[in-house]
Amino acid sequence: MIETHNLHKSFGDHKVLDGLDIKIETGTTCVIIGRSGCGKSVLLKHFVGILKPDAGQILVQGKDLAVLDDQSLNALRLKTALVFQGGALFDSLTVGENVGFGLTEHLKIDRRELVERVEESLCLVGLAGIQNLMPSELSGGMKKRVALARGICIKPEIILYDEPTTGVDPITADAINELIRSLHDKLKITSVVVTHDMKNAYKVADRIAMMYQGKIIASGTPQEIQETDDPVVHQFINGLAKGPITETIGNSG
Amino acid sequence: MLKLFSDIGSSVISFLYFLGGLTKLSAQTFFWIFIPPYKSQRTMEQAKRAGAESLPIVTLVALFIGIILALQTAYQLQRMGSEMYIANLVALSIVRELGPVITALVVAGRVGAAIAAEIGSMQVTEQIDALETLATNPIKYLVVPRFLALSLMLPLLTLYADIIGIVGGYLICVLKLGISASMYFNLTFSALLYKDLFTGLFKTVVFGMIIAFVCCYEGFNVEGGAEGVGKATTHAVVASFILIIMADCLITAVFYFIFP
Repeated sequence: MIETHNLHKSFGDHKVLDGLDIKIETGTTCVIIGRSGCGKSVLLKHFVGILKPDAGQILVQGKDLAVLDDQSLNALRLKTALVFQGGALFDSLTVGENVGFGLTEHLKIDRRELVERVEESLCLVGLAGIQNLMPSELSGGMKKRVALARGICIKPEIILYDEPTTGVDPITADAINELIRSLHDKLKITSVVVTHDMKNAYKVADRIAMMYQGKIIASGTPQEIQETDDPVVHQFINGLAKGPITETIGNSG
Repeated sequence: MLKLFSDIGSSVISFLYFLGGLTKLSAQTFFWIFIPPYKSQRTMEQAKRAGAESLPIVTLVALFIGIILALQTAYQLQRMGSEMYIANLVALSIVRELGPVITALVVAGRVGAAIAAEIGSMQVTEQIDALETLATNPIKYLVVPRFLALSLMLPLLTLYADIIGIVGGYLICVLKLGISASMYFNLTFSALLYKDLFTGLFKTVVFGMIIAFVCCYEGFNVEGGAEGVGKATTHAVVASFILIIMADCLITAVFYFIFP
């Protein structure tokens, strides 16, 4: 389970998280939606301790990240995979070395087992046999899937996806959605997906939470979110140019 | 006038931030060197890039510096009929000063720029964050191998540059000015003391640390995209050059006044 209480984070004068509370149950897929730049990725980075909050509490599997020492935090990180928006594959390593990175760095496993685990992870994302390619030889969609393979290779209990379908063609986007869904069904992993692609959200979510002005303003099942009366959520999920979100920006601008 | 003071003030503050950041990075690096696991493979890879792959350019630069130095001193000393001292001057200047400084500047330009650009690109493409999410400390993974490689390789490269520089002087003295080969080497070795060699090599260890810390620091602090990487690379090379010259001045003064 992932839980945050009254989370605050600012970069200079720009307040990104403003008393954010969210609770993500174990084994569910929670999709966090919101406009680009509203702080969704910042929130994800808080869940793995890359960013530290200015105030508030983050509990991951019951552990308060603020009080964990480096060793315990790293142990927790090895149970959590963050799939970055652009893949964040290590340029200087092959696909195979990227996928097996967590294993070679932290677990003493023999070479044969390593090769098998890498192969198995790449198979799961539908990219078997590309171990020897370099990241520069892959398309955007392939990079995202290799990043996902790198995540699942460490057998995580939680996977965090940062904009998994952004920048890929609709067919690849759907394949990624299927993949997220099937990983969730097969491995019973807790997943958090950050996106502004509503098709992606409806396809993978058990629950959807809408982030706006540094807070979670609505949360519910996909159906509840679709039927909401909240004008902000309504404008966002229907992709309307006119509504409270754009009016606020217009007034503040 | 007020703007002038404000500009000076903000420059001083940003320089102090830079020094503070550099000190913090050095402290973290020294800490992580001693934390297991120890993986020598990454250090060897960096040593190959910083050392072996720098040999051609160091050879070229050191050879020409040796030749230029011999020609320049010959121009002066021939007037006094003291050409035989060219060997002494070339040897001392190269081993004590020019060898270490020129090698460090070449390495800062070639290897330092590459380090800043590589780490900077990793920063903007979230690869550094990815390292952290995979429970790998970026200082241990990226800075420690580069720091060790540069601190070890720069003295070796300098030793090599010293020899090539002396060979450059030899080419002018023996082939052009008619000094015999044996006399050239006798004069060279008689002029050099172990202290001279030690002074030169000690400096290079410090220069290697400067290059590693400055270039890694600039890489880690890249903001923005490709433009940020470009700026950081320029800053890294310029700051390394300035700090190398400053450190050289300081160390030379210390050795001159305290250990004459």
